Amino acid sequence: MFALAPEELTAIKLSLRVALWATAGSLPFGIAIALLLARGKFPGKSLIDALVHLPLVMPPVVTGYLLLLTFGRRGLVGAWLADIGIVFSFRWTGAALACGIMGFPLLVRALRLSIEAVDRRVEQAGATLGAGPWAVFLTITLPLILPGVVAGMVLCFARALGEFGATITFVSNIPGETQTLPTLIYTFTQVPGGDAAALRLTVISIVISFVALLLSDYVARGVGRRVRGE
Amino acid sequence: MSVEIAVRHRLGSFSLDAGFTAGTGITAVFGPSGSGKTSLINAVAGLFRPTDGRIAIAGRVLFDGAARTFVPAHRRRIGYVFQEGRLFTHMTVRQNLLYGRWFCPATERRETLGHIVELLGIGGLLDRRPGNLSGGEKQRVAIGRALMASPQLLLMDEPLASLDDARKAEILPYLERLRDELGVPAIYVTHAADEVRRLAATVVLMADGKVAAVGTPAEVLGRSSLTTR
Repeated sequence: MFALAPEELTAIKLSLRVALWATAGSLPFGIAIALLLARGKFPGKSLIDALVHLPLVMPPVVTGYLLLLTFGRRGLVGAWLADIGIVFSFRWTGAALACGIMGFPLLVRALRLSIEAVDRRVEQAGATLGAGPWAVFLTITLPLILPGVVAGMVLCFARALGEFGATITFVSNIPGETQTLPTLIYTFTQVPGGDAAALRLTVISIVISFVALLLSDYVARGVGRRVRGE
Repeated sequence: MSVEIAVRHRLGSFSLDAGFTAGTGITAVFGPSGSGKTSLINAVAGLFRPTDGRIAIAGRVLFDGAARTFVPAHRRRIGYVFQEGRLFTHMTVRQNLLYGRWFCPATERRETLGHIVELLGIGGLLDRRPGNLSGGEKQRVAIGRALMASPQLLLMDEPLASLDDARKAEILPYLERLRDELGVPAIYVTHAADEVRRLAATVVLMADGKVAAVGTPAEVLGRSSLTTR
C-alpha cells in the first residue's frame, strides 16, 4: 500500500519545490507590502490592503483565470516576459506563482502584525547610535520580527502546498511539470481504482503539513526566546 | 565645546519655545512633568523636526529652521540615554555596547569596551541578555551603549526616574565618574532636585515650554518653588 509509484514521487517532489519557491519568492514582496501597510500613511492604503487580501476571499479559480489572462503567453505581462525568456503558463514556475499569490495574504497578515508590535522607540535608539534607516531595518526591525517571518512563511508554505483551484486553472495538471499533490489526488479520485493511491497521497499530505507545523513551532519558540532577550 | 540650542515648536495647544547654551560638564534641564523637557532634548537628538530654531554643537549646525538645515538623528553623533533604557532585547549586552561602534568612523572612536565596562562596572553582564537584567543594570548598559558610539554630546532623559532609591544610589556614583572622567558635555533631564544638586554645574529651569531661569544649582534651586517635586 505504501510503495510510491514514480508519478506520485514526482508529484511530491514537485509540490515541495513549488511551495518552497512560492514562499521564498513572496517573502521580499511580503515584507515590503507589510511595512507599507503597517507604517505607511498615504491615500489609497485601504485599497492596497483590500487588493492584497483578494486572493483570500475570491474563488481560487478566479485568481487562476486572472493569472492566465495576465501571465499567459498572450497575456499583458506574459507576452512581454516571454520575449525576455520567462514563461509561467503551463510550467512549474507558473504553479509557484499561483501558489505564491494565494499564500501572499496570509504572509502579509503575519508580517504586518509582527511589524506593528515592534517598539519604534527602540528603532529611534538605533538611530541615535548612528544607524541609518537601512541599518536600523536590518539590525533591529528584521531580527525583532523574525517570529512573524517564520509564522508567515509557514502559513504561506502550507497554503501553497494545498493550492488547487488557481494552479489547475492557470497551469493545468501536467504530470512532471504542474501536477502537484492536490491535483494528483484529484486525478486519482476521477479514475476507477485510484482510491488507494489517493488515500496514500492524502496521508502523505497530512504528514508534510504536520511536520511543517511542528518544525515552525520549534523554530518560532527558539527565535522568540532570543528576541525577548531571555 | 559649546552646545547652542534654540527650539520653537507647536504641538496642539502646547508650545515649546526654549533655548540655552551648554558647556562642558552636566547641564540639568529641570522642571515639572509636561514642561517640555523631553521634547526639547528630542529636538536636539533629531527625533523630530521643530518648526523653527537652531541647534549647533561646537559650531557644527545640526538644525537651522531659517536655512532649512536638518541633520537626521543617525548623523548627529549625539548619544541618548532614554528613561526606559530601550536596549536591544535580541542582542547580548556586549552586542548592545558595541552597536554604535559599527557606525562611528574609526578615526572618531574615543572609547574602548574595556574602559566603558570598567567605568560602569558591567563586566559581569557582557554575555547576558537585557531581558533578565535588573533596572539599574539596564540603565548602566544603556549609558555605556550611548558612550561607546563616542558621541559629541550625551543626552539623558530622567535615567533614574524608573528606579527605586537603592538603585538610584547605585547609579549616581557612576554618573559622577563619567562626568569627571569623560570630556563629553551632557544634558540631563530630570524633575528631581537632589540629582541636580549632585550632578549639574548649570541648571536650566523649565516651566510651560519656556526657560524660566538659568544658573548654578544653588542660584536656581534656591529661589525655585519646584524643588520638592
